[in-house]
Amino acid sequence: MAQTPLLSMTGIEKRFAGIPALSGASLEILPGEVHALIGQNGAGKSTMIKVLTGYHRRDAGTVSFAGQPFEVGSPHEAQSSGISTIYQEINLVPLRSVTENICLGREQRRFGLLDWGAMHAEAERLLATFGIGIDVRRPLMDFNTATQQMVAIARAIGFSARLVIMDEPTSSLDEGEVAVLFKVIRQLKADGVSVIFVSHKLDELYEVCDRVTIMRDGKTVRVAEMDKIAKLELVSAMLGRDVSRADGHATAFDDAQRPKGETVLRARNLKAGHAVRDVSFQVARGEIVGFAGLLGAGRTETARLVFGVDRTTGGSMELNGRPYDPQRPKDAILAGLGFVTEDRKLEGIVPELSVAENMTLSLLPQISRNGVVSEGRQRELVEGFIEQLGIKCSGPNQKIRELSGGNQQKVLLARWLATNPRLLILDEPTRGIDVGAKGEIQRLVRKLADEGLAVLMISSELEEVVEGADRVFVLREGRTVAELEGEAISEDRVLDAMAHGLSTRTEQAS
Amino acid sequence: MSDTVSTAAVKRDRFFDPLEFLARYGTLIALGLLLVFNLIFTRNFATLQTLNVNLTQVCTIVIVAIGMTMVIGTGGIDLSVGSIMAISGALAPLIFLGTILPVSNIGLSVAVAMVAAVAVATMLGLFNGWLVASMRIQPIIATLVLFIAGRGIAQVLTNGNLQVFRVSEFQWIGLGRPFGIPVQVIIMLVMILIAAWVLRRTVFGRQILATGGNEKAAELAGIPVGRVKFAVYAISGFCAGIAGLIVVAINSASDANLVGLGMELDAIAAVAVGGTLLVGGKATIVGTVVGALTIQLVRYTLLANGVPEAAALVVQAAIIVAAVWLQQQGRMR
Amino acid sequence: MSHKVNPARLIGTYGVALALILLIAFGWWRYENFLGMFNVMSVLRYNSMFALVALGMCFVIMTGGIDLSVGSTAALGSVAAAFGSYYGVVPGLAAGIGAGLIIGVINGILVTRLAIMPFIATLATMLAASGLALLLAGNQSVSVSYETGFTNLGQGNLWIFPIPALIAAIAYVVGSIVLNFTSLGRTVLAIGGNEDATHMMGLRTERVKFLTYLASGGLAGLAGVILAAQFGAGQPIEGVGWELFAIAAVVVGGTLLTGGIGSVGTTLAGVLLLGILFNMLNFENGMGWISLSAYWQSVIRGGFLLVVVIIQAKLMTRNAKPV
Repeated sequence: MAQTPLLSMTGIEKRFAGIPALSGASLEILPGEVHALIGQNGAGKSTMIKVLTGYHRRDAGTVSFAGQPFEVGSPHEAQSSGISTIYQEINLVPLRSVTENICLGREQRRFGLLDWGAMHAEAERLLATFGIGIDVRRPLMDFNTATQQMVAIARAIGFSARLVIMDEPTSSLDEGEVAVLFKVIRQLKADGVSVIFVSHKLDELYEVCDRVTIMRDGKTVRVAEMDKIAKLELVSAMLGRDVSRADGHATAFDDAQRPKGETVLRARNLKAGHAVRDVSFQVARGEIVGFAGLLGAGRTETARLVFGVDRTTGGSMELNGRPYDPQRPKDAILAGLGFVTEDRKLEGIVPELSVAENMTLSLLPQISRNGVVSEGRQRELVEGFIEQLGIKCSGPNQKIRELSGGNQQKVLLARWLATNPRLLILDEPTRGIDVGAKGEIQRLVRKLADEGLAVLMISSELEEVVEGADRVFVLREGRTVAELEGEAISEDRVLDAMAHGLSTRTEQAS
Repeated sequence: MSDTVSTAAVKRDRFFDPLEFLARYGTLIALGLLLVFNLIFTRNFATLQTLNVNLTQVCTIVIVAIGMTMVIGTGGIDLSVGSIMAISGALAPLIFLGTILPVSNIGLSVAVAMVAAVAVATMLGLFNGWLVASMRIQPIIATLVLFIAGRGIAQVLTNGNLQVFRVSEFQWIGLGRPFGIPVQVIIMLVMILIAAWVLRRTVFGRQILATGGNEKAAELAGIPVGRVKFAVYAISGFCAGIAGLIVVAINSASDANLVGLGMELDAIAAVAVGGTLLVGGKATIVGTVVGALTIQLVRYTLLANGVPEAAALVVQAAIIVAAVWLQQQGRMR
Repeated sequence: MSHKVNPARLIGTYGVALALILLIAFGWWRYENFLGMFNVMSVLRYNSMFALVALGMCFVIMTGGIDLSVGSTAALGSVAAAFGSYYGVVPGLAAGIGAGLIIGVINGILVTRLAIMPFIATLATMLAASGLALLLAGNQSVSVSYETGFTNLGQGNLWIFPIPALIAAIAYVVGSIVLNFTSLGRTVLAIGGNEDATHMMGLRTERVKFLTYLASGGLAGLAGVILAAQFGAGQPIEGVGWELFAIAAVVVGGTLLTGGIGSVGTTLAGVLLLGILFNMLNFENGMGWISLSAYWQSVIRGGFLLVVVIIQAKLMTRNAKPV
């Protein structure tokens, strides 16, 4: 490296409650470069950033910034040392004015009081550098997400930062807005400011970044010049798959081919907001359909549409050949759908309730008579599932929050299996679960499908999709870009579709 | 994250955690200690008389706190209970005294009065539920509307006058003593049993706890979250209505300025001390009863031993803070 | 989008001022002497206590908190001030405000250090302050000194203006400056708008929250001083329901109960609006046409609150949906 790096992080270790989140991670940023930081969920990107900004304290490793050892204890200190962060979920105060959001923390004063005139002027000046002319006195929430994002950036560079970290800044922007953002980034670069750019949209990375650092499982696995690494290589490194590797078996799924049942759900050209632009797919009885795609490809959002959590703005769905348009989850449940959500904590478990109570939550009408829960039927059912799924708990009455992630997940699976669904949607069913439980859950899903259940499985783990699914739909930036079936499902093809998108929508095994 | 939970669970099995223990059983221990203390130091404590005095004093609080427990179980709060008590307490005498429309048969008119008063109270609860569930207004502010307006309504109904009466058919619910047990204590016990059963055994009870425990998850599991909220506020109104009737029956008079004054705070305190999580998701009727009894017994103990009423308030405050703080600590491990 | 004026928001912000003006105009048109010197000054004198309490509440609510203890704190302040009054005006003031500050400190510690929900923390201090007031006063009102001039704080005039109203006016001016022209004030609003984001922005959220409870306690103590001076006695059982009156005034004044949006000026308008309603009822009854009992005031206040919160709720759901 000819240049002295602006930032150099080496051998970073960070554990949470004994679980390593970073082990030997490193990151090096040159002055005036735009550096992509990529990795799957849980790869350690955000932990790395939070260690850098002083939100987390590292357990080991060295950080140097501008040639000096760098130790900060809070986001505030990092900010005053010249590192500004723009978080993915815009961390501003929507109710307050644009000026306040830009200037809070470094107000301009006159006679000890705030000098609003000067502050408004400063805010206007900063935004003008991005070609944005808005009324800075109005509350931030009056403006669209792109503008809010620009305000966040204006705030960041207003602190005369030398390094700006952007955590998925484009996830809520449309193309025109992205173009403006890229102009800003190039301008920052021209001014000698370095940018760390976190994104899952590959085209964007290639368009604006100079170098890339790829993380996986808390480690830095690859650093490369952007123009010297192909998309496929990038994706493989990120997912930990060797493109030329012979296909081994990494999951509990098998390769057997199965006859196809009649179609249960068919979705055509679904649309909703920025996230889902044009998604079509179908799921048949007895088959596991995988949704593959990078983060932000619109997989979870599509699942939420199917389950009636969010409303579609376009497209249509058919369930068992009849039009299907759920307005709320209850409609979906009555139609025979189940949905194991991605975020167990936020949308899955009710932590204070017991295993039994959590398991029967969707089934209450069926196990009760005149509004009274039948203890006998509940026990029978719950004990049955505990045994069948091998849920490790001290008993049906143990609080679910005391269970391990894998066992919580099994309880949630049981919650839906108990309703005897026709179609089960699984969003990242094995995330955050130890290896043993993972295999059990995978085997279970296969068995359920063999018994006739239609399964729609979203997974960011490539092998899970490739080995587990009978049919794979690859989503890319809100669009279905490929449908693979049977023999045609291979890591190469899925990766290829994720990286480039395919011109042909369907590619079937002959 | 998931694995932290399991390690924490393992750790809890292995070591005795005094804070956790106190968080779970602190109130019960306090109640036990108070009983022991009183048995030793307070004269004439172990008498039926003392029991009756304490139970009568605590029973309206407990009845209101039952409804409050359910509301808080969904993650809400109901400030309007005191005002609803005043309305119910004002309305019933207006009817059975014939102020609104004269009815000759006193038995009939008392029955109408009771039913009407409680029905109106329940409707007011439904109004709260509408504000919270349909208008999506924060529970504190939504119920503040009736807190302010409700007492005014009661005062307007009675023109602020004290309604004095001597109607034994009605006052039976406050003064009657079948088998030597005050009627209101019986009402309280019945309501405790029903509420505890509802919370524990029925679909509705599950729905309350699921709504308060994780509203998003509950909605995704198909629980009618809005309807559940409507219902708990209606129940809270119903309980307040009954408590209002009992209070005026005991006093042989209805004073709209005073009936239920400060009740919302007593009830919330009982619920909090009893171990129901104020953020929702965990609610225990038995805990609430223990909480109410503990607060009552603290007051009784202090008063019976010559400590001024005012000091009892300070102690009560300390108990509330300590109980809530302990519960928080217990949950953090 | 950026050029359109949101009418609902305008109503939220200035509606209360408009309503106040309309109400005053109506009173002026309908009642003789409604805008007479005597009536105006007595309304201002009487409502100054509530105004002070509401000001502190306003700051607490803007951070997204709540302070239920203000009523009892005022009662405690009035008792402390009554004892202090025998040593002069300043000791009387200091005693009342000091008592309030102590409660404020306790609230601040409970909320920021022990992380107890503001609602419960201040509920407890409400009981405690009330108990302390009764203990201190020996369960009865405590007469103030009429020799030291202390009563002027409640009953005196400076030229034609009631002194308590002037005190409240000064407090509001200071409050307004703090809110609008200091980083402390802006941080208060930012915390209520999004506490996490404010913390991530590198602002000291805990300290600012602590200060709002401190201010609320001090202002409630000051209200207690005026209470004692106006009625010639420390009143340990006064202040019941003040907290909810103050919350109502703050909310009617367009401050969001969830925090983040608020204004000192419209809070004052909210206090006056609720206060004048009461005054007008007296006039109405004085005309002898109808006899509306004074009890209607709380019904009407509740009605006002209802209208305001429904407008606010509509406003928020509209804003939640991006256009």
